[in-house]
Amino acid sequence: MVEARGVEKRVPSPEGDLTILSAVELAIFAGETVAVIGASGSGKSTLLGLLAGLDLPTKGIVRLDGHDLTAIDEDGRAALRGQLVGFVFQSFQLLPSLTAIENVMLPLELAGNAQPKRRAEAILERVGLQHRRRHYPRQLSGGEQQRVAIARAFATQPKVLFADEPTGNLDQQTGGAIAELLFELNRERGTTLVLVTHDPCLADPCNRVVRLDNGRLTS
Amino acid sequence: MPKSFRSHLRITLGPYRLGLRLLRRELVAGELRVMAAALVIAVGALTAVGFSTDRVAQAMRLGAAELLAADLLLASSNPIDPQWTRQAHRHGLATAHTLSFRSMLAHGDRFQLAEVKAVSEGYPLRGRLEVAKTPFGAAHPTRAIPSPGTVWLEGRLLSALGLRVGQTVHLGAAQFTVTEVLALEPDRGGELFHIAPRVLMHIADVAPTQLVQPASRVTHRLLLAGEAAAIAGFRKQLATALQPGERLQGTDQASPQLRSALSRASQYLGLASITSVLIAGVAVALAARRYATRHADSVALLRSLGASSRWVAQVFALQVLVLGLLAGLAGCALGRAGEAILSNLFAGLVIGDLPPPSWKPIGIGLAAGMGTLLSFALPPLLKLRTISPVQVLNRNVGYFPAPMRASYAGAILLLAALGYQLGLEPRLASSVLAGAVATLILLAISARLLVKGLTGLRSRVGVAWRFGLANVARRPQESVLQIVALGIGMLVLLVLTFIRTDLLSSWQAQFPPEAPNFFLLDVQPHQVGAVQRHLAQYGLSPPALYPMVRGRLRQINGQPVAATHYSDPRARRLATRDFNLSWSEQLPAGNQVVQGQWWAASERPVPAFSVEQGLAETLAMRVGDKLIFDVAGQPIEGRVESLRSVAWDSFQANFFVMLPPGVLDSFPATYLTSLHLPASQRQVLGGLVQAFPGITVLDVDALLEKARSIVEQAIRAVQYVFLFTLVAGLGVLYAAVQATLDERKVEAAILRALGASRNRVMLGVLSEFVILGLLAGLVATLGATVLSKWLASAVFDLDLHLDPWLGILGILGGAASAGLAGLVGTRSVLAMPPNASLRAT
Ligand SMILES: Nc1ncnc2c1ncn2[C@@H]1O[C@H](COP(=O)(O)OP(=O)(O)OP(=O)(O)O)[C@@H](O)[C@H]1O
Ligand SMILES: [Mg+2]
Repeated sequence: MVEARGVEKRVPSPEGDLTILSAVELAIFAGETVAVIGASGSGKSTLLGLLAGLDLPTKGIVRLDGHDLTAIDEDGRAALRGQLVGFVFQSFQLLPSLTAIENVMLPLELAGNAQPKRRAEAILERVGLQHRRRHYPRQLSGGEQQRVAIARAFATQPKVLFADEPTGNLDQQTGGAIAELLFELNRERGTTLVLVTHDPCLADPCNRVVRLDNGRLTS
Repeated sequence: MPKSFRSHLRITLGPYRLGLRLLRRELVAGELRVMAAALVIAVGALTAVGFSTDRVAQAMRLGAAELLAADLLLASSNPIDPQWTRQAHRHGLATAHTLSFRSMLAHGDRFQLAEVKAVSEGYPLRGRLEVAKTPFGAAHPTRAIPSPGTVWLEGRLLSALGLRVGQTVHLGAAQFTVTEVLALEPDRGGELFHIAPRVLMHIADVAPTQLVQPASRVTHRLLLAGEAAAIAGFRKQLATALQPGERLQGTDQASPQLRSALSRASQYLGLASITSVLIAGVAVALAARRYATRHADSVALLRSLGASSRWVAQVFALQVLVLGLLAGLAGCALGRAGEAILSNLFAGLVIGDLPPPSWKPIGIGLAAGMGTLLSFALPPLLKLRTISPVQVLNRNVGYFPAPMRASYAGAILLLAALGYQLGLEPRLASSVLAGAVATLILLAISARLLVKGLTGLRSRVGVAWRFGLANVARRPQESVLQIVALGIGMLVLLVLTFIRTDLLSSWQAQFPPEAPNFFLLDVQPHQVGAVQRHLAQYGLSPPALYPMVRGRLRQINGQPVAATHYSDPRARRLATRDFNLSWSEQLPAGNQVVQGQWWAASERPVPAFSVEQGLAETLAMRVGDKLIFDVAGQPIEGRVESLRSVAWDSFQANFFVMLPPGVLDSFPATYLTSLHLPASQRQVLGGLVQAFPGITVLDVDALLEKARSIVEQAIRAVQYVFLFTLVAGLGVLYAAVQATLDERKVEAAILRALGASRNRVMLGVLSEFVILGLLAGLVATLGATVLSKWLASAVFDLDLHLDPWLGILGILGGAASAGLAGLVGTRSVLAMPPNASLRAT
């Protein structure tokens, strides 16, 4: 489903090029659940972004559902993301101009869903936010914003769901509920899950745990 | 250095360090860059407009000076105190003297009344005399004046006296040889038909004629020319010491033909300059507001770390000061470069030789840049002082409500000061300001209504439009502000466009290629048909002839009119001379009733007068006053029914005093007409003068050419400055749109991350900006229509013909340019992987 071959990511920095990831080899099969762990700054978010096609590696290739992401243009990748991918950003990245429900409806509408509103309401209810649906992101707490971001990633029932510390801001109870939601999705629809997390609640039930150490995979 | 002192220094320097560091960071990315860009463009525009207006104004002043033959003149009915001449020389000014009076010129048994002007060496200080060897013959400029013992005569004097160059004439007790035909006198002035033909002589020859006695009515003039500053200084000094019967005249009061063209042009140029500052101010205010909003959280954090509100104020005040200085200097450089490029571009077209620019615009540009920043940017930034540290915790307050109606009194003061500096008519400056404020309010109200209305619409449109609408509706204040900013920008550009279009066409209409360049006077009633036939012979279309009866003003409201009642030399002259009275059923073209009413067609002719407003003012006449004119020894008594303004710059036959038809039927009238003769047909006049010896031919061709070239300069200047302001205005509008683009970029990147196609994102951005632009364009067009109408009639003396297409163009242009600016701003995000954009913020 998701495959990384010889992936390397470097960025220019004032002290010369900085290598964030090097020689990453990873294959994730459809329906698999994978947890990515590692110290802060080890490159987890970077890796997740590359696998989801939000960024391009400086070397190597990334395949998503058989498509070589490095071989298609940005519009092609956007279309693939719309069809296949859900993504929960570490920093949420909600649109400040849209209300909670509008944020959740957005991917549904982009995908041409006939009843985006009903579906969005149902999902918001599952993350426990139906009563805050008309609020704007800045009126929500950090954990509430995170739940909206998760609802948005779920909304289109993607084949692959990438989540960057989806329970990072949540208390244990809410975190547990979110974890349940994720694995339910995996069970019911065979959604592939790729999670970055420090939370045992999330990491433990995963089929596989890979560790990043200073930009290298050491699973 | 003691340690405590050093730490004290650290503390006091703290805010400046942070201020400078923030400034450095933000200049690389953020609102400060937008603010700086807006400021650079505005200062650039102001200085470029300033440089070019300055040069063009200098060029035009020179043109106007030619019409005075000097930069400044002192006219008096008494000899001018020689100490003024000495003082003028001390100021480094050039001087010349003239003396004019009226006298009879005799040749053989023929006599002719003439206006004698005796001139000293140096005359004319500005402009050139032109002379010819035969009446109406080819003329050439000269630097000389008549040498003692000789005179130069106007062509019609030679034909009236049957004289040729080389023969002699008598003037008073002396005899002179005619050596040249005087073809052009730069300072001949506007009162074309009201002075007798000219005799030019040397001032040393006045005494031998014995014509000028202590009690004689003469006008002495001291002509002055030199550096603008020296002239202005000397003028002030003269003005305070003015004696009764003395009068100062500067280039601002040159010939009436050109006065209105020049003043309109300079008003327009001033309007354009002040406009560029206003637009920039709006952009700066917008950017500063966003900057303040974005820094609200950091300020709250600083406050929670113990920074005092004074400390915060210092941080931001310093940024503003340094930014103002840097942007001001960069703007001046840009303005200078822009001016150079433009005057190069226009080199072939413009004004042959532009005088070198003065450095004044740099000072004004710097001051205006700093002033703009202080008055438009400082209020929202200083408001940051008041942020409470609680905001760090409470997200709901986290949105900093920057002041919408912050005290912008400073801004109004700045604009007023600039208006004064640019010499704008107070009415012009104040109506532009009032119009802008009114439009602002209208914009704010309608923007608010729109934002409200959009909220309902949101659930009914597609995702791209929803996104655009949501952005408009989200932060109503921001959207309202943006609409207001766009709208004000468009308003002023539209006003400039509207007025420019009409100003240019009215000027062009004033001097059509076939504008009359000759006048025929003293045509007898029985000659009217013959003259028309004569002209038709040469393929000229027979001109319309206007009747005219000479009359002298005897009484105003029962008071006899005498020169001694007036101190103003012009009033003295007017009081004692014959007026050309004419009559008409209709108000003549180019005339406008400014007070009272034009007579309705009546069966029985009743004497009544319509008086030109300038004359009425000089002689202190009002509507309702009873006048008695003496026409051929018979009193004509009636009331002033109306005052008229007359388009003196039209070069058509105009009359100071008019009556209803029928009243003067029984008096001997002569007829008057104007006609256009191309250079190749000038010889027609020779034949005409021979066939009808009594007819007077007045040649205004040279004067007309002069006027035409000055007006052409004015047209070019307006075009040129308009273009610059337009470019600057568009640039600043773009900057205003850019002010919110950083945020749009993030949003676009998120949409892309969620799989939105390029077209969708573009449509979203487009829909938002098009909505903003449409509304702004609509209100701006409305406001501009009203404001231009008012300005046109109150300041520019134009009857504005609004082209509806211009209005539509304004609305669509607003929408299109805003949309385009939005697209250009977001384009860069579309081809990039979203993570790159998201991390960049
Ligand atoms: N565009 C970039 N420019 C410079 N440095 C970058 C860039 N992107 C990532 N880095 C650096 O690469 C390293 C890995 O970043 P990444 O966000 O992947 O870490 P992470 O493992 O997700 O850390 P955390 O657990 O703290 O979220 C960090 O040191 C980060 O600063
Ligand atoms: Mg991370």
